[in-house]
Amino acid sequence: MPKVNGASLLRGLIGTAGLLVVLEAAGRLGAWDTERLPLVSTVLLRAGELLTDPEFLVSARSSLTTWALALLVTIAIAVPAGLLLGMVKPAELAVRPLIEFLRPIPSVALIPLVILLYSETTHMRITVAVYAALWPVLINTIYGVRDVDPLAKETLRSFGFGPGSVAYRVVLPGAAPFIATGIRLAASVAIVLVVTSELIAGGIEGIGVYITIAASGNRLDLMIGATILVGLFGILVNALLVAGENRLFRWHRARAGAAT
Amino acid sequence: MLELVDLSHTYGSYRAIDRVNLKVAQGEVVCIVGPSGCGKSTLLRSIAGLIKPTGGTVLLDGKPVDGSPENLAVVFQDYSRSLYPWMSALANVGLPLRRRGLDKKRRDAAALAALEQVGLAGAAAKFPWEMSGGMQQRVSIARALAYQPKLLLMDEPFGSVDAQTREELEDLTLRVCAHHGMTILLITHDVDESVYVGDRVVVLSKAPGTVVGDLPVQLPGPRDQIHTRELDAFVRLRAEVGRLVRGMTPQRNPHGYGLETR
Repeated sequence: MPKVNGASLLRGLIGTAGLLVVLEAAGRLGAWDTERLPLVSTVLLRAGELLTDPEFLVSARSSLTTWALALLVTIAIAVPAGLLLGMVKPAELAVRPLIEFLRPIPSVALIPLVILLYSETTHMRITVAVYAALWPVLINTIYGVRDVDPLAKETLRSFGFGPGSVAYRVVLPGAAPFIATGIRLAASVAIVLVVTSELIAGGIEGIGVYITIAASGNRLDLMIGATILVGLFGILVNALLVAGENRLFRWHRARAGAAT
Repeated sequence: MLELVDLSHTYGSYRAIDRVNLKVAQGEVVCIVGPSGCGKSTLLRSIAGLIKPTGGTVLLDGKPVDGSPENLAVVFQDYSRSLYPWMSALANVGLPLRRRGLDKKRRDAAALAALEQVGLAGAAAKFPWEMSGGMQQRVSIARALAYQPKLLLMDEPFGSVDAQTREELEDLTLRVCAHHGMTILLITHDVDESVYVGDRVVVLSKAPGTVVGDLPVQLPGPRDQIHTRELDAFVRLRAEVGRLVRGMTPQRNPHGYGLETR
Protein backbone atom coordinates (compact mmCIF):
# COMPACT_ATOMS: atom_id res chain seq x y z
CA MET A 1 0.00 0.00 0.00
CA PRO A 2 1.62 3.26 -1.09
CA LYS A 3 1.96 5.69 1.72
CA VAL A 4 0.97 9.27 1.01
CA ASN A 5 2.37 11.91 3.28
CA GLY A 6 1.97 15.67 3.29
CA ALA A 7 5.30 16.43 1.62
CA SER A 8 4.90 14.02 -1.29
CA LEU A 9 1.32 15.19 -1.84
CA LEU A 10 2.45 18.81 -1.93
CA ARG A 11 5.20 18.07 -4.47
CA GLY A 12 2.73 16.19 -6.67
CA LEU A 13 0.38 19.15 -6.60
CA ILE A 14 3.19 21.57 -7.42
CA GLY A 15 4.28 19.41 -10.37
CA THR A 16 0.75 19.16 -11.76
CA ALA A 17 0.05 22.86 -11.30
CA GLY A 18 3.39 23.73 -12.93
CA LEU A 19 2.60 21.65 -16.02
CA LEU A 20 -0.84 23.22 -16.32
CA VAL A 21 0.64 26.72 -16.07
CA VAL A 22 3.23 25.95 -18.76
CA LEU A 23 0.55 24.54 -21.09
CA GLU A 24 -1.72 27.51 -20.47
CA ALA A 25 1.12 29.95 -21.24
CA ALA A 26 2.13 28.04 -24.38
CA GLY A 27 -1.45 28.10 -25.65
CA ARG A 28 -1.83 31.80 -24.98
CA LEU A 29 1.50 32.53 -26.71
CA GLY A 30 0.13 30.86 -29.83
CA ALA A 31 1.86 27.49 -29.71
CA TRP A 32 -1.25 25.96 -31.27
CA ASP A 33 -4.60 27.02 -32.67
CA THR A 34 -6.73 27.47 -29.56
CA GLU A 35 -9.87 27.46 -31.70
CA ARG A 36 -9.17 23.78 -32.38
CA LEU A 37 -7.46 22.68 -29.16
CA PRO A 38 -8.75 24.78 -26.25
CA LEU A 39 -6.66 26.35 -23.50
CA VAL A 40 -6.11 24.57 -20.21
CA SER A 41 -8.19 27.18 -18.38
CA THR A 42 -11.10 26.66 -20.79
CA VAL A 43 -11.02 22.90 -20.34
CA LEU A 44 -10.88 23.14 -16.55
CA LEU A 45 -13.74 25.60 -16.58
CA ARG A 46 -15.81 23.22 -18.75
CA ALA A 47 -14.98 20.32 -16.46
CA GLY A 48 -16.31 22.33 -13.54
CA GLU A 49 -19.46 23.29 -15.44
CA LEU A 50 -20.08 19.67 -16.43
CA LEU A 51 -20.57 18.77 -12.77
CA THR A 52 -23.84 20.73 -12.81
CA ASP A 53 -24.83 19.94 -16.40
CA PRO A 54 -27.96 17.69 -16.30
CA GLU A 55 -27.15 16.01 -19.61
CA PHE A 56 -23.66 15.08 -18.44
CA LEU A 57 -24.89 13.99 -15.02
CA VAL A 58 -27.36 11.52 -16.56
CA SER A 59 -24.44 9.98 -18.45
CA ALA A 60 -22.18 10.04 -15.42
CA ARG A 61 -24.78 8.31 -13.28
CA SER A 62 -25.21 5.63 -15.92
CA SER A 63 -21.47 4.99 -16.10
CA LEU A 64 -21.16 4.99 -12.35
CA THR A 65 -23.95 2.43 -11.99
CA THR A 66 -22.40 0.19 -14.64
CA TRP A 67 -19.02 0.47 -12.92
CA ALA A 68 -20.39 -0.32 -9.46
CA LEU A 69 -22.35 -3.32 -10.73
CA ALA A 70 -19.33 -4.59 -12.66
CA LEU A 71 -17.18 -4.34 -9.54
CA LEU A 72 -19.76 -6.16 -7.43
CA VAL A 73 -20.12 -8.96 -9.99
CA THR A 74 -16.31 -9.19 -10.18
CA ILE A 75 -15.99 -9.56 -6.42
CA ALA A 76 -18.87 -12.05 -6.25
CA ILE A 77 -17.19 -14.28 -8.84
CA ALA A 78 -13.47 -13.79 -8.25
CA VAL A 79 -13.26 -13.92 -4.44
CA PRO A 80 -15.05 -17.28 -3.95
CA ALA A 81 -13.29 -18.71 -7.01
CA GLY A 82 -9.92 -17.50 -5.72
CA LEU A 83 -10.55 -18.92 -2.24
CA LEU A 84 -11.45 -22.27 -3.75
CA LEU A 85 -8.49 -22.35 -6.14
CA GLY A 86 -6.13 -21.18 -3.41
CA MET A 87 -7.22 -23.87 -0.97
CA VAL A 88 -7.66 -26.81 -3.36
CA LYS A 89 -4.35 -27.30 -5.11
CA PRO A 90 -5.60 -29.86 -7.70
CA ALA A 91 -8.37 -27.47 -8.77
CA GLU A 92 -5.84 -24.67 -9.18
CA LEU A 93 -3.56 -26.91 -11.27
CA ALA A 94 -6.50 -27.91 -13.46
CA VAL A 95 -7.62 -24.33 -14.09
CA ARG A 96 -4.22 -22.62 -14.26
CA PRO A 97 -3.58 -23.14 -18.02
CA LEU A 98 -7.05 -21.81 -18.79
CA ILE A 99 -6.41 -18.71 -16.66
CA GLU A 100 -3.03 -18.13 -18.32
CA PHE A 101 -4.70 -18.40 -21.73
CA LEU A 102 -7.70 -16.15 -21.01
CA ARG A 103 -5.96 -13.49 -18.94
CA PRO A 104 -3.87 -11.85 -21.71
CA ILE A 105 -6.83 -11.57 -24.11
CA PRO A 106 -7.70 -7.86 -24.16
CA SER A 107 -11.22 -7.32 -22.98
CA VAL A 108 -11.68 -4.71 -25.72
CA ALA A 109 -11.18 -7.42 -28.35
CA LEU A 110 -14.23 -9.18 -26.98
CA ILE A 111 -16.53 -6.18 -27.41
CA PRO A 112 -17.78 -7.11 -30.93
CA LEU A 113 -18.57 -10.61 -29.72
CA VAL A 114 -20.29 -9.39 -26.58
CA ILE A 115 -22.37 -6.90 -28.58
CA LEU A 116 -23.76 -9.82 -30.58
CA LEU A 117 -24.51 -11.79 -27.42
CA TYR A 118 -26.33 -9.07 -25.48
CA SER A 119 -29.23 -6.93 -26.59
CA GLU A 120 -29.07 -4.87 -23.42
CA THR A 121 -26.19 -2.37 -23.41
CA THR A 122 -25.68 -2.29 -19.62
CA HIS A 123 -25.25 -6.05 -19.49
CA MET A 124 -22.82 -5.88 -22.39
CA ARG A 125 -20.74 -3.19 -20.65
CA ILE A 126 -20.74 -5.03 -17.34
CA THR A 127 -19.58 -8.22 -19.06
CA VAL A 128 -16.68 -6.45 -20.74
CA ALA A 129 -15.61 -4.72 -17.52
CA VAL A 130 -15.94 -7.88 -15.43
CA TYR A 131 -13.82 -9.84 -17.88
CA ALA A 132 -10.95 -7.42 -17.41
CA ALA A 133 -11.42 -6.73 -13.69
CA LEU A 134 -11.71 -10.39 -12.74
CA TRP A 135 -8.03 -11.27 -13.07
CA PRO A 136 -6.41 -9.00 -10.49
CA VAL A 137 -8.96 -10.06 -7.87
CA LEU A 138 -8.71 -13.74 -8.74
CA ILE A 139 -4.90 -13.86 -8.84
CA ASN A 140 -4.51 -11.78 -5.67
CA THR A 141 -7.02 -13.95 -3.82
CA ILE A 142 -5.21 -17.14 -4.85
CA TYR A 143 -1.87 -15.74 -3.69
CA GLY A 144 -3.40 -14.33 -0.53
CA VAL A 145 -4.84 -17.71 0.39
CA ARG A 146 -1.52 -19.41 -0.28
CA ASP A 147 0.24 -16.85 1.88
CA VAL A 148 -1.83 -17.80 4.93
CA ASP A 149 0.48 -19.48 7.40
CA PRO A 150 -0.04 -23.26 7.64
CA LEU A 151 0.61 -23.04 11.36
CA ALA A 152 -2.23 -20.54 11.74
CA LYS A 153 -4.56 -23.09 10.15
CA GLU A 154 -3.13 -25.98 12.18
CA THR A 155 -3.64 -24.06 15.39
CA LEU A 156 -7.36 -23.78 14.77
CA ARG A 157 -7.56 -27.37 13.60
CA SER A 158 -5.85 -28.53 16.78
CA PHE A 159 -8.70 -26.95 18.74
CA GLY A 160 -11.06 -29.18 16.78
CA PHE A 161 -12.34 -26.68 14.19
CA GLY A 162 -13.40 -28.15 10.84
CA PRO A 163 -12.25 -27.08 7.37
CA GLY A 164 -15.19 -24.68 6.92
CA SER A 165 -14.41 -22.83 10.14
CA VAL A 166 -10.72 -22.70 9.29
CA ALA A 167 -11.53 -21.20 5.88
CA TYR A 168 -13.86 -18.61 7.37
CA ARG A 169 -11.88 -17.71 10.49
CA VAL A 170 -8.27 -17.96 9.30
CA VAL A 171 -7.96 -18.17 5.53
CA LEU A 172 -10.41 -15.42 4.64
CA PRO A 173 -9.14 -12.82 7.14
CA GLY A 174 -5.53 -13.79 6.43
CA ALA A 175 -6.00 -13.32 2.70
CA ALA A 176 -8.13 -10.17 3.07
CA PRO A 177 -5.30 -7.63 2.56
CA PHE A 178 -4.38 -9.28 -0.74
CA ILE A 179 -8.02 -9.47 -1.82
CA ALA A 180 -8.44 -5.76 -1.02
CA THR A 181 -5.43 -4.89 -3.18
CA GLY A 182 -6.93 -6.94 -6.02
CA ILE A 183 -10.24 -5.11 -5.67
CA ARG A 184 -8.48 -1.75 -5.75
CA LEU A 185 -6.72 -2.67 -9.01
CA ALA A 186 -9.98 -4.05 -10.39
CA ALA A 187 -11.79 -0.79 -9.58
CA SER A 188 -9.39 1.16 -11.84
CA VAL A 189 -9.53 -1.44 -14.60
CA ALA A 190 -13.33 -1.43 -14.51
CA ILE A 191 -13.46 2.35 -14.98
CA VAL A 192 -11.31 2.06 -18.09
CA LEU A 193 -13.37 -0.76 -19.55
CA VAL A 194 -16.77 0.81 -18.84
CA VAL A 195 -15.79 4.01 -20.65
CA THR A 196 -14.10 2.06 -23.44
CA SER A 197 -17.16 -0.09 -24.08
CA GLU A 198 -19.31 3.05 -24.14
CA LEU A 199 -16.95 4.64 -26.65
CA ILE A 200 -16.78 1.63 -28.94
CA ALA A 201 -20.25 0.18 -28.73
CA GLY A 202 -22.15 3.39 -28.26
CA GLY A 203 -25.57 3.54 -26.64
CA ILE A 204 -27.86 6.19 -25.22
CA GLU A 205 -26.18 7.09 -21.92
CA GLY A 206 -22.70 6.92 -20.45
CA ILE A 207 -19.65 9.14 -20.27
CA GLY A 208 -18.14 7.39 -23.29
CA VAL A 209 -21.29 8.15 -25.26
CA TYR A 210 -21.18 11.75 -24.06
CA ILE A 211 -17.59 12.07 -25.27
CA THR A 212 -18.50 10.59 -28.67
CA ILE A 213 -21.36 13.07 -29.10
CA ALA A 214 -19.11 15.97 -28.05
CA ALA A 215 -16.56 14.80 -30.64
CA SER A 216 -19.14 14.75 -33.42
CA GLY A 217 -19.98 18.35 -32.51
CA ASN A 218 -16.27 19.19 -32.60
CA ARG A 219 -16.39 20.23 -28.93
CA LEU A 220 -12.89 19.37 -27.80
CA ASP A 221 -13.36 21.40 -24.61
CA LEU A 222 -16.23 19.15 -23.51
CA MET A 223 -14.42 15.98 -24.61
CA ILE A 224 -11.30 16.77 -22.63
CA GLY A 225 -13.31 18.15 -19.69
CA ALA A 226 -15.31 14.90 -19.41
CA THR A 227 -12.11 12.85 -19.73
CA ILE A 228 -10.49 14.81 -16.91
CA LEU A 229 -13.48 14.12 -14.68
CA VAL A 230 -13.16 10.38 -15.36
CA GLY A 231 -9.49 10.58 -14.39
CA LEU A 232 -10.27 12.48 -11.21
CA PHE A 233 -12.89 9.89 -10.30
CA GLY A 234 -10.26 7.18 -10.70
CA ILE A 235 -7.87 9.00 -8.37
CA LEU A 236 -10.63 9.52 -5.82
CA VAL A 237 -11.67 5.85 -5.80
CA ASN A 238 -8.07 4.73 -5.50
CA ALA A 239 -7.36 7.11 -2.62
CA LEU A 240 -10.48 6.00 -0.74
CA LEU A 241 -9.61 2.33 -1.15
CA VAL A 242 -6.00 2.88 -0.06
CA ALA A 243 -7.24 4.73 3.01
CA GLY A 244 -9.64 1.89 3.77
CA GLU A 245 -6.88 -0.71 3.41
CA ASN A 246 -4.52 1.22 5.67
CA ARG A 247 -7.22 1.42 8.31
CA LEU A 248 -8.51 -2.13 8.12
CA PHE A 249 -5.23 -3.95 7.63
CA ARG A 250 -2.97 -2.18 10.06
CA TRP A 251 -1.97 -5.63 11.35
CA HIS A 252 -0.77 -6.65 7.90
CA ARG A 253 1.39 -3.58 7.46
CA ALA A 254 2.77 -3.94 10.97
CA ARG A 255 3.75 -7.53 10.23
CA ALA A 256 5.13 -6.83 6.77
CA GLY A 257 7.12 -3.99 8.32
CA ALA A 258 8.48 -6.23 11.06
CA ALA A 259 9.56 -8.83 8.53
CA THR A 260 11.71 -6.50 6.45
CA MET B 1 -5.20 -40.93 30.07
CA LEU B 2 -2.95 -40.87 27.01
CA GLU B 3 -1.52 -44.01 25.55
CA LEU B 4 0.62 -44.44 22.46
CA VAL B 5 0.80 -47.96 21.09
CA ASP B 6 3.50 -48.73 18.53
CA LEU B 7 3.04 -45.26 17.06
CA SER B 8 4.98 -44.94 13.79
CA HIS B 9 5.02 -42.46 10.97
CA THR B 10 6.85 -42.37 7.67
CA TYR B 11 7.03 -39.55 5.15
CA GLY B 12 7.54 -41.38 1.88
CA SER B 13 10.57 -43.51 2.63
CA TYR B 14 11.69 -41.41 5.62
CA ARG B 15 10.85 -42.99 8.97
CA ALA B 16 10.27 -40.16 11.42
CA ILE B 17 9.12 -42.19 14.42
CA ASP B 18 9.20 -45.92 14.92
CA ARG B 19 6.95 -47.82 17.34
CA VAL B 20 6.76 -45.29 20.12
CA ASN B 21 5.07 -46.65 23.23
CA LEU B 22 4.14 -44.31 26.02
CA LYS B 23 1.57 -44.07 28.79
CA VAL B 24 0.79 -40.76 30.45
CA ALA B 25 -1.29 -40.65 33.62
CA GLN B 26 -3.84 -37.98 34.47
CA GLY B 27 -2.19 -34.85 35.87
CA GLU B 28 1.34 -35.85 34.88
CA VAL B 29 3.81 -33.45 33.31
CA VAL B 30 5.83 -35.45 30.81
CA CYS B 31 8.72 -33.92 28.90
CA ILE B 32 9.82 -35.50 25.67
CA VAL B 33 13.39 -34.69 24.82
CA GLY B 34 15.58 -35.81 21.98
CA PRO B 35 18.19 -34.71 19.46
CA SER B 36 17.00 -32.57 16.57
CA GLY B 37 15.30 -34.62 13.90
CA CYS B 38 14.06 -37.28 16.29
CA GLY B 39 10.48 -36.88 15.15
CA LYS B 40 9.32 -34.91 18.21
CA SER B 41 7.02 -32.70 16.19
CA THR B 42 5.69 -35.65 14.21
CA LEU B 43 4.81 -37.31 17.50
CA LEU B 44 2.98 -34.23 18.73
CA ARG B 45 1.13 -33.75 15.44
CA SER B 46 -0.01 -37.36 15.52
CA ILE B 47 -1.41 -36.96 19.02
CA ALA B 48 -3.14 -33.70 18.09
CA GLY B 49 -4.73 -35.38 15.09
CA LEU B 50 -3.04 -32.97 12.68
CA ILE B 51 -1.49 -35.85 10.76
CA LYS B 52 -2.66 -39.41 10.50
CA PRO B 53 0.15 -41.69 11.68
CA THR B 54 1.03 -44.45 9.25
CA GLY B 55 1.15 -47.04 12.01
CA GLY B 56 0.03 -47.65 15.57
CA THR B 57 -2.64 -45.95 17.62
CA VAL B 58 -3.12 -43.00 19.91
CA LEU B 59 -5.57 -43.66 22.72
CA LEU B 60 -7.02 -40.78 24.67
CA ASP B 61 -9.02 -41.90 27.71
CA GLY B 62 -9.00 -45.36 26.16
CA LYS B 63 -10.54 -44.22 22.88
CA PRO B 64 -8.57 -44.12 19.61
CA VAL B 65 -7.93 -40.61 18.29
CA ASP B 66 -9.45 -39.85 14.91
CA GLY B 67 -9.14 -36.25 13.77
CA SER B 68 -8.48 -33.53 16.34
CA PRO B 69 -9.65 -34.72 19.74
CA GLU B 70 -11.84 -32.69 22.04
CA ASN B 71 -10.26 -31.53 25.28
CA LEU B 72 -6.85 -31.04 23.78
CA ALA B 73 -4.94 -27.84 23.17
CA VAL B 74 -1.56 -27.18 21.58
CA VAL B 75 0.94 -24.41 22.30
CA PHE B 76 3.35 -24.07 19.40
CA GLN B 77 6.86 -22.69 19.45
CA ASP B 78 6.15 -20.07 16.85
CA TYR B 79 3.71 -17.80 18.67
CA SER B 80 3.91 -15.11 16.01
CA ARG B 81 2.52 -17.52 13.43
CA SER B 82 0.12 -19.25 15.75
CA LEU B 83 -1.64 -16.12 17.00
CA TYR B 84 -3.97 -14.22 14.67
CA PRO B 85 -2.60 -10.73 14.01
CA TRP B 86 -6.01 -9.32 13.03
CA MET B 87 -7.40 -10.11 16.48
CA SER B 88 -6.75 -8.57 19.87
CA ALA B 89 -5.24 -10.75 22.58
CA LEU B 90 -8.71 -11.15 24.09
CA ALA B 91 -10.24 -12.28 20.79
CA ASN B 92 -7.35 -14.66 20.17
CA VAL B 93 -7.82 -16.30 23.54
CA GLY B 94 -11.60 -16.38 23.17
CA LEU B 95 -11.69 -17.86 19.66
CA PRO B 96 -11.33 -21.59 20.52
CA LEU B 97 -14.12 -21.18 23.09
CA ARG B 98 -16.57 -21.07 20.20
CA ARG B 99 -16.08 -24.82 20.18
CA ARG B 100 -17.42 -24.87 23.71
CA GLY B 101 -20.66 -23.25 22.59
CA LEU B 102 -20.25 -20.20 24.82
CA ASP B 103 -21.84 -16.88 23.91
CA LYS B 104 -19.68 -13.79 23.38
CA LYS B 105 -20.07 -12.49 26.91
CA ARG B 106 -18.97 -15.74 28.52
CA ARG B 107 -16.18 -16.20 26.01
CA ASP B 108 -14.80 -12.76 26.81
CA ALA B 109 -15.09 -13.37 30.55
CA ALA B 110 -13.24 -16.68 30.29
CA ALA B 111 -10.59 -15.19 28.02
CA LEU B 112 -10.01 -12.29 30.38
CA ALA B 113 -9.69 -14.67 33.32
CA ALA B 114 -7.08 -16.69 31.41
CA LEU B 115 -5.15 -13.54 30.48
CA GLU B 116 -5.19 -12.56 34.13
CA GLN B 117 -3.62 -15.89 35.06
CA VAL B 118 -0.70 -15.26 32.74
CA GLY B 119 -0.37 -11.68 33.99
CA LEU B 120 -1.71 -9.97 30.89
CA ALA B 121 -5.08 -8.65 32.05
CA GLY B 122 -3.95 -5.13 31.13
CA ALA B 123 -3.01 -6.10 27.58
CA ALA B 124 -6.32 -7.71 26.55
CA ALA B 125 -7.01 -5.07 23.89
CA LYS B 126 -3.52 -5.19 22.41
CA PHE B 127 -2.74 -6.91 19.15
CA PRO B 128 -0.05 -9.61 18.98
CA TRP B 129 2.25 -7.44 16.88
CA GLU B 130 2.15 -4.76 19.56
CA MET B 131 3.59 -7.23 22.09
CA SER B 132 7.00 -8.67 22.88
CA GLY B 133 7.73 -12.32 22.10
CA GLY B 134 7.33 -13.35 25.72
CA MET B 135 3.97 -11.60 25.95
CA GLN B 136 2.79 -13.26 22.76
CA GLN B 137 3.68 -16.69 24.08
CA ARG B 138 1.82 -15.85 27.28
CA VAL B 139 -1.23 -15.13 25.13
CA SER B 140 -0.80 -18.54 23.46
CA ILE B 141 -0.63 -20.19 26.86
CA ALA B 142 -3.69 -18.24 28.00
CA ARG B 143 -5.53 -19.41 24.89
CA ALA B 144 -4.79 -23.02 25.80
CA LEU B 145 -5.74 -22.46 29.45
CA ALA B 146 -9.05 -20.78 28.65
CA TYR B 147 -10.02 -23.79 26.58
CA GLN B 148 -9.53 -25.94 29.70
CA PRO B 149 -8.18 -29.00 27.92
CA LYS B 150 -7.53 -32.20 29.80
CA LEU B 151 -4.36 -32.66 27.78
CA LEU B 152 -2.05 -29.80 26.88
CA LEU B 153 0.55 -30.39 24.20
CA MET B 154 3.47 -27.97 24.02
CA ASP B 155 5.84 -28.03 21.07
CA GLU B 156 9.10 -26.31 22.06
CA PRO B 157 6.97 -23.64 23.71
CA PHE B 158 9.87 -21.61 25.09
CA GLY B 159 12.28 -22.09 22.21
CA SER B 160 11.87 -18.62 20.72
CA VAL B 161 12.14 -16.40 23.77
CA ASP B 162 15.15 -15.06 25.65
CA ALA B 163 16.58 -16.98 28.60
CA GLN B 164 14.98 -14.91 31.31
CA THR B 165 11.54 -14.98 29.73
CA ARG B 166 12.00 -18.68 29.27
CA GLU B 167 12.45 -19.23 32.99
CA GLU B 168 9.42 -17.09 33.75
CA LEU B 169 7.28 -19.01 31.28
CA GLU B 170 8.46 -22.38 32.61
CA ASP B 171 7.40 -21.41 36.11
CA LEU B 172 4.17 -19.89 34.87
CA THR B 173 3.29 -23.07 33.02
CA LEU B 174 4.01 -25.28 36.02
CA ARG B 175 1.99 -23.04 38.31
CA VAL B 176 -1.16 -22.61 36.25
CA CYS B 177 -1.25 -26.18 35.02
CA ALA B 178 -0.92 -27.57 38.53
CA HIS B 179 -3.78 -25.26 39.46
CA HIS B 180 -5.97 -26.70 36.68
CA GLY B 181 -4.85 -30.29 37.18
CA MET B 182 -3.93 -30.49 33.54
CA THR B 183 -1.92 -33.26 31.95
CA ILE B 184 0.97 -31.86 29.96
CA LEU B 185 3.13 -33.32 27.25
CA LEU B 186 5.98 -30.89 26.60
CA ILE B 187 8.35 -31.40 23.74
CA THR B 188 11.77 -29.81 23.94
CA HIS B 189 15.34 -30.26 22.78
CA ASP B 190 16.60 -28.66 25.96
CA VAL B 191 17.79 -31.28 28.46
CA ASP B 192 17.85 -28.79 31.34
CA GLU B 193 14.32 -27.71 30.70
CA SER B 194 12.98 -31.25 30.45
CA VAL B 195 14.33 -32.11 33.89
CA TYR B 196 13.21 -28.84 35.45
CA VAL B 197 9.66 -28.92 34.15
CA GLY B 198 8.86 -32.63 33.99
CA ASP B 199 7.52 -35.17 36.44
CA ARG B 200 8.97 -37.60 33.95
CA VAL B 201 11.44 -37.29 31.11
CA VAL B 202 11.05 -39.46 28.06
CA VAL B 203 14.07 -39.56 25.76
CA LEU B 204 13.68 -40.20 22.05
CA SER B 205 16.50 -41.51 19.86
CA LYS B 206 17.62 -39.99 16.56
CA ALA B 207 15.28 -40.63 13.63
CA PRO B 208 13.54 -42.97 13.38
CA GLY B 209 12.61 -41.77 16.85
CA THR B 210 11.85 -44.36 19.46
CA VAL B 211 11.78 -44.28 23.25
CA VAL B 212 15.26 -44.95 24.65
CA GLY B 213 14.73 -43.71 28.17
CA ASP B 214 11.88 -43.00 30.55
CA LEU B 215 13.08 -41.43 33.76
CA PRO B 216 10.99 -40.29 36.71
CA VAL B 217 11.99 -36.91 38.08
CA GLN B 218 11.84 -36.85 41.83
CA LEU B 219 12.72 -33.34 42.79
CA PRO B 220 11.16 -31.51 45.69
CA GLY B 221 8.45 -29.03 44.79
CA PRO B 222 7.66 -26.30 44.28
CA ARG B 223 10.52 -26.01 41.85
CA ASP B 224 12.69 -22.98 41.84
CA GLN B 225 14.92 -21.79 39.04
CA ILE B 226 17.95 -21.34 41.30
CA HIS B 227 17.58 -23.92 44.07
CA THR B 228 16.20 -26.77 41.99
CA ARG B 229 18.89 -26.41 39.38
CA GLU B 230 21.71 -26.60 41.95
CA LEU B 231 20.44 -29.80 43.60
CA ASP B 232 22.73 -32.81 43.21
CA ALA B 233 19.76 -34.83 42.05
CA PHE B 234 19.00 -32.28 39.32
CA VAL B 235 22.58 -32.23 38.10
CA ARG B 236 22.83 -36.03 38.01
CA LEU B 237 19.53 -36.46 36.23
CA ARG B 238 20.44 -33.80 33.73
CA ALA B 239 23.68 -35.64 32.95
CA GLU B 240 21.81 -38.90 32.63
CA VAL B 241 19.28 -37.43 30.19
CA GLY B 242 22.06 -35.68 28.33
CA ARG B 243 23.88 -38.97 27.82
CA LEU B 244 20.74 -40.65 26.56
CA VAL B 245 20.05 -37.79 24.15
CA ARG B 246 23.57 -38.13 22.77
CA GLY B 247 23.05 -41.85 22.34
CA MET B 248 25.55 -42.94 25.02
CA THR B 249 24.93 -45.90 27.28
CA PRO B 250 23.35 -44.75 30.51
CA GLN B 251 25.47 -44.96 33.67
CA ARG B 252 22.92 -46.03 36.20
CA ASN B 253 23.15 -44.34 39.52
CA PRO B 254 22.89 -47.08 42.15
CA HIS B 255 20.99 -44.73 44.44
CA GLY B 256 18.25 -43.99 41.95
CA TYR B 257 17.39 -40.60 40.66
CA GLY B 258 17.01 -37.49 42.64
CA LEU B 259 16.13 -39.00 45.99
CA GLU B 260 18.32 -36.64 47.97
CA THR B 261 17.12 -33.25 48.98
CA ARG B 262 19.25 -30.36 50.01
